[in-house]
Amino acid sequence: MNRRRFLAAGLAFPIVTPGHRFDFPRDHGAHQDYRQEWWYVTGWLKTARGEDLGFQVTFFRTRPALENSNPSTFTPRQVILAHAALSEPRHGRLRHDERAARTALGLAGSREGTTKVWVDDWSLELGADGYETRIRARDFTLELKFDSKSAPTLQGQSGFSRKGNGPGEASYYYSRPQLAVRGTANGQPVTGTAWLDHEWSSQYMAAGATGWDWCGINLDDGGALMAFRMRDKESKTAFAPPGVSFEVLREWKSPRTGTNYPVAMMVNNELRLEPLMDDQELDARASTGTIYWEGAVRAFRGDRQVGRGYLELTGYWRPMKL
Amino acid sequence: MLRLFAVFNARIFFQKGRILLSVAAIALGVALGFAVHLINRAAVNELAAGVRTLAGEADLEVRGGRSGFPEQLYAQLARLPGVAVASPVLEVEAGILGGTRTIRLIGVDPLRAGLMQPVLFADAPDRRLELLRPDVVLLSAAAAEVLGKGTIEKLSVVSALAAVDLDVVGVLPASSLRGVAALTDISTAQWRLGRLGELNRVDLRLEPGIDREAMQRTIAELLPPGTYVSSLDAVEESGANLSRAYRVNLNVLALVALFTGGFLVFSAQALEVARRRQEHALLRVLGLERGGVMRLVLVEASALGLLGGVLGIALGYGIAVAAASAGGADLGAGFFRGIAPQVEFPVAGSVAFLLGGIAVALAGALLPALDAARAAPAQALKAGDEQRMFGRVVTVWPGVLCIFLALALLPLKPLHGIPVAGYAAIALLLLGGIFLMPLVSELTLGKIKTNRNIPCTLALSQLRGAPGQAMVSLAAIVASFSLMVAMAIMVASFRSSVDDWLGAVLPAELYFRTTHAGETAWLDPALEAQVRALPQVERAVFLRSTRITLDPARPAVALIARDGAGQHFPLVGKSYQRKSDDPPAAWISEAVADIYGFAVGSRMEVPISGKKQSFVVAGIWRDYARQHGAIMVERSTYAALSGDRRANDAALWLKPGASVAAATQALRALPGGGLLEISGPGEIRSASLAIFDRSFAVTYALEAVAVIVGLFGLSSSVGAIVLARRREFGVLRHLGMTRRQIGAMLAAEGGLLAVLGVAAGLVLGGAISLILIHVVNRQSFNWSMDLHPPFGLLLGLSLLLIILSSFTAFLSGREATGIGPVRAVREDW
Repeated sequence: MNRRRFLAAGLAFPIVTPGHRFDFPRDHGAHQDYRQEWWYVTGWLKTARGEDLGFQVTFFRTRPALENSNPSTFTPRQVILAHAALSEPRHGRLRHDERAARTALGLAGSREGTTKVWVDDWSLELGADGYETRIRARDFTLELKFDSKSAPTLQGQSGFSRKGNGPGEASYYYSRPQLAVRGTANGQPVTGTAWLDHEWSSQYMAAGATGWDWCGINLDDGGALMAFRMRDKESKTAFAPPGVSFEVLREWKSPRTGTNYPVAMMVNNELRLEPLMDDQELDARASTGTIYWEGAVRAFRGDRQVGRGYLELTGYWRPMKL
Repeated sequence: MLRLFAVFNARIFFQKGRILLSVAAIALGVALGFAVHLINRAAVNELAAGVRTLAGEADLEVRGGRSGFPEQLYAQLARLPGVAVASPVLEVEAGILGGTRTIRLIGVDPLRAGLMQPVLFADAPDRRLELLRPDVVLLSAAAAEVLGKGTIEKLSVVSALAAVDLDVVGVLPASSLRGVAALTDISTAQWRLGRLGELNRVDLRLEPGIDREAMQRTIAELLPPGTYVSSLDAVEESGANLSRAYRVNLNVLALVALFTGGFLVFSAQALEVARRRQEHALLRVLGLERGGVMRLVLVEASALGLLGGVLGIALGYGIAVAAASAGGADLGAGFFRGIAPQVEFPVAGSVAFLLGGIAVALAGALLPALDAARAAPAQALKAGDEQRMFGRVVTVWPGVLCIFLALALLPLKPLHGIPVAGYAAIALLLLGGIFLMPLVSELTLGKIKTNRNIPCTLALSQLRGAPGQAMVSLAAIVASFSLMVAMAIMVASFRSSVDDWLGAVLPAELYFRTTHAGETAWLDPALEAQVRALPQVERAVFLRSTRITLDPARPAVALIARDGAGQHFPLVGKSYQRKSDDPPAAWISEAVADIYGFAVGSRMEVPISGKKQSFVVAGIWRDYARQHGAIMVERSTYAALSGDRRANDAALWLKPGASVAAATQALRALPGGGLLEISGPGEIRSASLAIFDRSFAVTYALEAVAVIVGLFGLSSSVGAIVLARRREFGVLRHLGMTRRQIGAMLAAEGGLLAVLGVAAGLVLGGAISLILIHVVNRQSFNWSMDLHPPFGLLLGLSLLLIILSSFTAFLSGREATGIGPVRAVREDW
């Protein structure tokens, strides 16, 4: 019954195809016809006392696959979700919070034309002098500015990033590595380096995929490395771009959910990723309905640290559903 | 003490029958009181738990009346600094298609509600997203049970005059959602129920450290008239307030049985003390102090009270559990319909009722104990001295004092909506009346001329000679009979007032309405025009009813907009002639006048569609249908102020020659006519009276128990008095009286006693019924009523009591004279 309704809904989601010509700043803005979209900012911060912190700010936009002629303001045509997390080794575990709201009465929304996405008093916005985000979470606050001088890096084939072998199993995807960060975390001044991903798609996961591993590393030499793979239910690689590989070095078991996460990985047989701290599990059941691991990592070549970034491990708790 | 108990134990086996009766009376009284208390408590707890689960972690709640407030207010509240989470709600009582049942349809934003009430989706977070789909609902466990477990795929509710089908996608556990309810998305609720742009509740959670009261004041300033912000505690409390007067009344009624039980203890103990006068005197001679005798009697009584109390608690708990599992917590008035409560065993409450049982037993035994202690041992040891005890007329002043106090209490205002003074006045009146009984009997019996009929003359002189005894045996009779009379008069007056009222409010020939349950159905103006154009219809009056809040601490008031509002309903008191510069007229029900203090001619402000509108009170009318009050205004005025042109009910007058059947058929043929409920005034009247009787069923049952306890008291005290006079009968037999003559004498005595008791009961009961009608009911429910005593019923009850009394006396006499005159007199030694 449910399924028929879904099929009968016949909502036309645009299909992601190769050859899209990116046009900025328009493509910084939302693409509201697509099924999902996200702006993903991760990075390392240093406090005035020299402590290392990791942070993550993510805004998701989804367009539910529901045909609906309901004229109500509350009709859920677009839903904005947001996750924010702060990794502080002193604290021992990830502090995180989440928001979710439909775009009704201006309490949440996303703009086309430039980056502006918000849910309640959380926001991410691209202005004349860079990105700015404000997060007032349950047990931390972030007010950060990101310098966006460098041009966006188009991922995959000129921004067409394949996620599976089937047609349409892909996303439009660009990154902005090496963003200079300044601002405050919990009211304390911080500086650092961040990474922004903006990705939109109508079919992000192939039928057999249950999750993905992703990392975005700002290298100390000014370079950047992004790698991802889609996994199947045996935790094997279901799809990865050519040359990309992930090898598990060490697992950590969450005391809360009992889930095992491969928190240390060898990427592309060259970079060894070690977490800032093991417990960076994020419980987002109240917004996106899932639990995943998203953590600050150091990148080593041999024994030498060559960069810092973020590692994302989804679908380990339960198969990921978007 | 040990010695006292030894003596007491010996007595227990001796007078088993009367003790059992006293214990049973107390047990019954305690059981009824405790059971009613348990059921009400369970229902109120369940209601509060429902409020709490639904409100979750909310600190404040913003509520509009039934018509709600614009949804923009929600956005404004959500953006307020200091508000952590705001969750919009549109909650309505929806009529279920094809029946009279309703379901609470709660439209929420699951993404917000999930934050405010984590328990809603605790077991399955995915359901939040599932609920975003159009036209789906999640049922509560109770709703699934009512609608048919496991099989239900669709929930069909009535909106306007059409059915709305909602797909059932799951059932929430009872811990998530209580009562008969369904959860749906706010957009579905707004659209499908024709309430686009409206909400009627916003739950707010504040950021930690925010001053809740300051925030409440800030929010209050933002709200349109008729919308209020309150803390969750206040919301819970007002839920309990809704039914408080009703619950207290029921509790008091249940305690009447205990009260009558107290009089039974009094009668039994007084007779017991009289019978054991020599025994007590002997104990005194053997060295027991004066206070010792009194303690002996009181310890015996408290043991009876304890025994009765323990039995009563057990019985009451059993009754409560059985009643709750059989019929839910609703004891008839409909406050707790659809609630399946868990009956708990409250330790404090049970101790209170146990102590109550003991206290009643002690109070009943106090006067006899004092009497026993007062007797001079040397005198009391002599045979026949027990009659001396009854020979003394108890002083008049306590009775007079009680009655004066009762009168003084009458004008007092209710305490928190409970007519405490009224109840106290009834108890005092009853006590005073009983204290005055010896005097009354002396005066009355003194007036009766003796004739040549020997049994009658003897009976009369016996009663004249022992007025104290009359008081003792009459106490239980007068107490229970006067309460019986009072209740009978009150209920009959109420019922015939309701009957008259129904006649006055149902003047038309045909009535129809949308489904008579729920708030989701309405008649649109197009249908109204079609009805008016029907060839059978001479005249049609349409009515729109909604609910508004005048005071957030009180339940909502009905706002009724009617065509021709000033006509055809029962005004009480004078009416006000509207002047040209007056605002529009409003007619208010007695409850509104009483609770909010409006008088005829005064101005009142009524929130309509978020604006305060001025009205002048043109009259006060009687309304038995809406306990929390109703305000009636002209429909055209209401429509102009609110823009709401919908209607809920209509009354039709037919053209000469048009039949009701033809009109009904024509209505049915209109679009949506199949969903109309069409009835004649007769059907509505009998249905309403059936509801009335159902809500009084528990009252009748409790009253019947009190009567039975009273009758027990009657037969036991008459029997005891007769048995105590065996020696006297022996002497009479020696003087030449036959057993038949003695029997006749006793029957006459019993009859005379009962006539006295009945007369006193009628007078006292009549007075109490006036208090019930004009003070207790008025203050509890704000209903006035006309006095309609049920003369036939009262006559029948009186005769029954007199006959029963004579018959008991006669039977006891036969038993008492059965032992033969010689042995009877020998006992004198």
